[in-house]
Amino acid sequence: MKKILIIGATSAIADECARLWAAEKASFFLVARNAEKLQQVANDLTARGATTVTTCVLDVNQFNQHHFMLEACYAALGQIDIVLIAHGTLSNQIKCEHDVNLTLNEFSTNCLSIIAMLTPLANYMEKQQYGTIAVISSVAGDRGRAFYVYSTAKAAVSCFCDGLRVRLFKSGVNVLTIKPGYVDTPMTQGLQLPQLLVAKPQKVAKDILNAIKHKRNTLYTPWFWLFVMLIIKSIPNCIFKRLKI
Amino acid sequence: MAEKLTSWGRYPAFVQTPHACNWRNDLPSLLNTLQKTYGTTLAFGNGRSYGDSCLAQSNQVLDTRALNRFIAVDWEKGIITAEAGLTLGELLEIAIPHGWFLPVTPGTKYVTLGGALANDVHGKNHHLRGTFGQFVQKFSLIRSDQPPITCSQQENKEFYAATIGGLGLTGIIEWIELKLLPIKSSQMNVTHIRFNTLSEFFALSSELDRHHEYSVAWIDCLAKGAAAGRGIYTVGNHANDGILKISKQNKLSIPFTPPVSIINNLSLRIFNSIYYHSQAKQQQNKILGYERFFYPLDRILYWNRIYGPYGFQQYQCVIPEDAAPSAIKELLASIANMGMGSFLAVLKRCGSITSPGLLSFPMAGTSLALDFPQKKTLATQLFPRLDTIVRQAGGRLYPAKDAHMSSKDFQHFYPAWQQVEKLRDPALSSHFWERVTL
Repeated sequence: MKKILIIGATSAIADECARLWAAEKASFFLVARNAEKLQQVANDLTARGATTVTTCVLDVNQFNQHHFMLEACYAALGQIDIVLIAHGTLSNQIKCEHDVNLTLNEFSTNCLSIIAMLTPLANYMEKQQYGTIAVISSVAGDRGRAFYVYSTAKAAVSCFCDGLRVRLFKSGVNVLTIKPGYVDTPMTQGLQLPQLLVAKPQKVAKDILNAIKHKRNTLYTPWFWLFVMLIIKSIPNCIFKRLKI
Repeated sequence: MAEKLTSWGRYPAFVQTPHACNWRNDLPSLLNTLQKTYGTTLAFGNGRSYGDSCLAQSNQVLDTRALNRFIAVDWEKGIITAEAGLTLGELLEIAIPHGWFLPVTPGTKYVTLGGALANDVHGKNHHLRGTFGQFVQKFSLIRSDQPPITCSQQENKEFYAATIGGLGLTGIIEWIELKLLPIKSSQMNVTHIRFNTLSEFFALSSELDRHHEYSVAWIDCLAKGAAAGRGIYTVGNHANDGILKISKQNKLSIPFTPPVSIINNLSLRIFNSIYYHSQAKQQQNKILGYERFFYPLDRILYWNRIYGPYGFQQYQCVIPEDAAPSAIKELLASIANMGMGSFLAVLKRCGSITSPGLLSFPMAGTSLALDFPQKKTLATQLFPRLDTIVRQAGGRLYPAKDAHMSSKDFQHFYPAWQQVEKLRDPALSSHFWERVTL
């Protein structure tokens, strides 16, 4: 019976992962900002077979609260088999370009809060000597483009995870960087995206569980994004800056 | 990002733009926003209504598929409360391992709880259990003109009766409390019996229906002369012992819409003949998984695409008991004479249990369902002829399947429609409703 900590438990991808784990009778410690939505997710997972579900309301940008959340999590779960970090916002690029505070705030949500959380968590997992830390980054972090405020944060997260993976390997802890492409979630509703490239969160969740099971390092989901990003990364800047993709 | 939506029959082709609701608390504000922007809207579940009853008059629908969370479950009593966007299949996956099944299920598990209530669907056990709505103990309704209300036989009775089979017009169904049916096994004991004439079907059904939870018949509607009226009668019960297991059938899929309908007279004649003769013996007993028994067509994803770009129409009527044998015979003769075949031709004896729903379709008698590829002659020749037979026999048509019923017929079939109109939420309307309430 797995013991799982999820940050951003009301996000669509995390919710789909949790449903799959609930069917395996996992125990959860769920963290999210909105108490009402969090309770709805908790009730759903309980009905779907979760052994226990503990909830914790937290604004991830309140760094000084992380400590209390983590203590509560350690107490509730006793051990942690999987940490899934799934919270994030799709920054409004245009607004960010005209508002320094908004840009910094977005960076805080999508990057600093994750670093702040992973620092103590990594120590806990290192001591525990097993488990997986899975972090939802993005293909957007592979190269800065139109949404570069979002990309920058995701790039930093991916890089942080790379380093953490090297450090924790010796302790038997696996770090998985998850890089989804376009996913049909509330975060992307209202965006004009090429339908053929948009994946369902259920599919992404299946890929994530599989990658965790097989101790993978990086997951592009769906798989073809690996090749899309290889091409995008290989385009020289003198051409890249002229492209409208 | 909105993928455009159509009804299952893909006729009439009013393409719908979805507006997703991700959290049930957002329903009131989303409903009000849609009303302000587009005048009216309609809840859209999984798009399994065949005709235009699930299409918003404004072509802007409130997409409820993301509202698929369980709210509470009681596996001791077999009562579940869940959001209206949960599909029957998703519910079964959770409920079967605990020994519970749907009390009533239509022929597809891809409908949502909200859709099942709004159409007061029935299944192969109508003769014993009645309709889906009778097992919905409570539900919550979100209206544009008042705070959310809970409806049951005790509370808000008017809305309760108007919403069961109310085609989603009385408010957005937020959640449903459903009483499930206990089962000991996910397997089914099934008996198939071939019959040669319609009167044989009625005799079989009169004799065997009451001993079986489920009963249904397939009929070869293209057979003429001596073979006319031949078909296969099927009855089944939940097995008394065995395992409680979710079946994971391999799914086939129709990957694209062919330029013309694959269903035509020749392909039908061949299919019907093979299907009829595939059962070698007069009577055959089998043990089947629940999916193969209840949802054979669900094996083929997007099977509606086989009808080509113009889609298809389903004709489903129910004829009262006494008039049924002669009227069904006449209906089938009219279809065969016009050379119009149907891939799916299903006969089902309905029981006498009356649903509390004002617009509920079934009545004591026999229901006949037929699928036809869409073409102009349906509206000009075939359906007027069939409608006359149904009208004269005192029967009625099923709104969930309909794309052609005249307003005169609808108002005659469903005299309580004005009560539903009175309780209709001003923010909700469908193409169907505009068509039949003129």
